[in-house]
Amino acid sequence: MLIFSVFKTLTDQRVTVELKNDLSISGVLKSVDQFLNIRLDSIKVLDETRHPHMMAVKNCFIRGSVVRYVQLPAEHVDTQLLEDATRREAANQAKR
Amino acid sequence: MASLQGYVDRRVLLVLQDGRAIVGVLAGFDQKSNVVLSESKERVYSMEEGVEEIPLGLYLVKGDMIALIGEIDDAIDQAVDLSSIRAEPIPAIRY
Repeated sequence: MLIFSVFKTLTDQRVTVELKNDLSISGVLKSVDQFLNIRLDSIKVLDETRHPHMMAVKNCFIRGSVVRYVQLPAEHVDTQLLEDATRREAANQAKR
Repeated sequence: MASLQGYVDRRVLLVLQDGRAIVGVLAGFDQKSNVVLSESKERVYSMEEGVEEIPLGLYLVKGDMIALIGEIDDAIDQAVDLSSIRAEPIPAIRY
């Protein structure tokens, strides 16, 4: 749930999503849902010459389960806050 | 919510877990991202020949099989000569 909130704070930022089929797509994060499905606008496939399949695609919906990494813009993430929040959540879960 | 609502009645490209690419008009979807495509065609990519389009008709694709759904810009898509494109197929998803 915490990571869902983190993604919500990052809407309208440009991110790069690496999929589990080794495709990397950069685009503007439009929305995220509870499954971490991602909507991207103005997408660009990295290494476009090797992957012309998405030439005519300008925005897309990526299933959360196929995402390997999301590269975030460092200047828009408060890493200290994120560290504290994740540790607090982990501590809360350990208590339960 | 990252919903598929905006894609209904649009031409979309579906990339499946096994790497297949299917284009069609999104007729409907549900919570589990199961989708129904009308007038769908599979696009088969290879390095040996141009893209082959295989007509599939009305298709229901289970949500778990889907990797990505992209909205197709028809103007760009129609400007592309598929028979001139040589490309490796999209790799399958590997967990």
